[in-house]
Amino acid sequence: MLILECPYCGVKAEETELSPGGEAHLKRFGPGSSDEDFENYMFARKNPKGVHFERWRHSYGCGKWFLAARCTATLEVFGTYPAQTTEPPADIIDKIKAKRPDWKGYK
Amino acid sequence: MKRYSVFAIAREAMRYHQGWEKAWRSPAPKASYDAIIIGAGGHGLATAYYLGKNFGITNVAVIEKGWLGGGNTGRNTTIIRSNYLQDPSAAIYNKALSLYEDLSQDLNYNVMFSPRGLLMLAQTHHEVRGYLRTVHANNLQGVKTEWIGPEKVKELVPIINIDGPRYPVLGALYQARGGTARHDAVAWGYARACSAMGMDIIQQTEVTGVRSENGVVKGVETTRGFIGCKKLGIVVAGHSGQVADMAGFRLPVESLALQALVSEPIKPCMDVVVMANTVHGYMSQSDKGEMVIGGGTDGFNNFTQRGSFHHIEETLRALVETFPMISRLKMLRQWGGIVDMTGDRSPIISKTPLGNCFINCGWGTGGFKAIPGSGWAMAELMAKGEPGPLAAEFNMWRFREGQFIDESVAAGVAH
Repeated sequence: MLILECPYCGVKAEETELSPGGEAHLKRFGPGSSDEDFENYMFARKNPKGVHFERWRHSYGCGKWFLAARCTATLEVFGTYPAQTTEPPADIIDKIKAKRPDWKGYK
Repeated sequence: MKRYSVFAIAREAMRYHQGWEKAWRSPAPKASYDAIIIGAGGHGLATAYYLGKNFGITNVAVIEKGWLGGGNTGRNTTIIRSNYLQDPSAAIYNKALSLYEDLSQDLNYNVMFSPRGLLMLAQTHHEVRGYLRTVHANNLQGVKTEWIGPEKVKELVPIINIDGPRYPVLGALYQARGGTARHDAVAWGYARACSAMGMDIIQQTEVTGVRSENGVVKGVETTRGFIGCKKLGIVVAGHSGQVADMAGFRLPVESLALQALVSEPIKPCMDVVVMANTVHGYMSQSDKGEMVIGGGTDGFNNFTQRGSFHHIEETLRALVETFPMISRLKMLRQWGGIVDMTGDRSPIISKTPLGNCFINCGWGTGGFKAIPGSGWAMAELMAKGEPGPLAAEFNMWRFREGQFIDESVAAGVAH
């Protein structure tokens, strides 16, 4: 069972309390962008076997959206952080690098 | 390859069954092949088989990181049907169904295809309208399905409760030609036939890289060294994104866990397949007597081949209302497979940015039923370099153009 700590209310919420929201830190492309950028934004989600950054909503709790760093191959959670960031915070990155030395980094 | 037949059984019975040979060879890889297929699941083996049978290309290797048929081919609920809403889907799934019908004869291997009939229950008024639409679409596509009322459902499935308080049965979409087959036998039968044509099935060999020069694939790096090829087919389901990454292009797929489970074996009680999409549950009875139950997918990316327990709980809770007698059954096994989902829940059978590399993926939760049709279409694509009529609309560029084959909306749920 997946357990994520909500960075807003501090509750260690298990999966049935949460709703997954897909890839985090998407850069949005709209009218005027190239076909390729728009296609990638709409459909080509990152699908790593390993470290992944995701949006989650504490839907049966405080209701807030937050972000989580998680390993898709082991379900290990590296940390959660508020949604108001455009890329993962440094302390999360450090934690991941400590546990996954061969991780290629966030890009 | 010695043919299996009643005479072979009689002959072997007379000599203590000493003469049976291995169903397929396990050779060491050659230096290069005309075509390499990555992934010895049902789709990969079927692709190899039809490359040989339909196009005479037999210098082929099928490379598998585990054992053949050990991925989703061995992890599904073995349901076969072709009652899809969109024309391209109905065409390829119906091709698959018609190939399944005489696959045992074609492969000389009993795949235990059992066209026992398939019901998709309508449990909300929305579903009633949706399935009536599908019946009309199927009639236009030449796929024989019919709409039946709740009394007829009760007649076909005596153990069903049609007037439950939360999920009453309002009718069903019925495809009499649908059914099940023995999933392992499909992989084994194709493997045996491929091996008999001289193809090499190379198990326990993981592809670790794709070597290409100037947009042309030269071969693959594997845990047993480099193997050259003139054409490459990627047919790896859940790990499609990883292999595409090695080849240097991105795919619009995400990998999720899909679960299934079986009960203890009981006496025959249900001789049709029942799907209940509102509650994400489907059930059939295997020849061993187990109730085979499929659930829904998890909502987050996952490669662990095990899913979230609460999904099974939700599926069973709803199925217990519809089938009260299963409430006392013990569940024997539960497992998960990693399915590759596209945005429109339809597969990708496509050319790629690399000229001689082709990909077959994105079957999501509905791949087993498509195996023969998928292999047929993929073999045509690999042999000719251009997609045939079955594969044309499943190209990977349809997302950019907005030309979806939108089965996610048509089905209401993943299929």
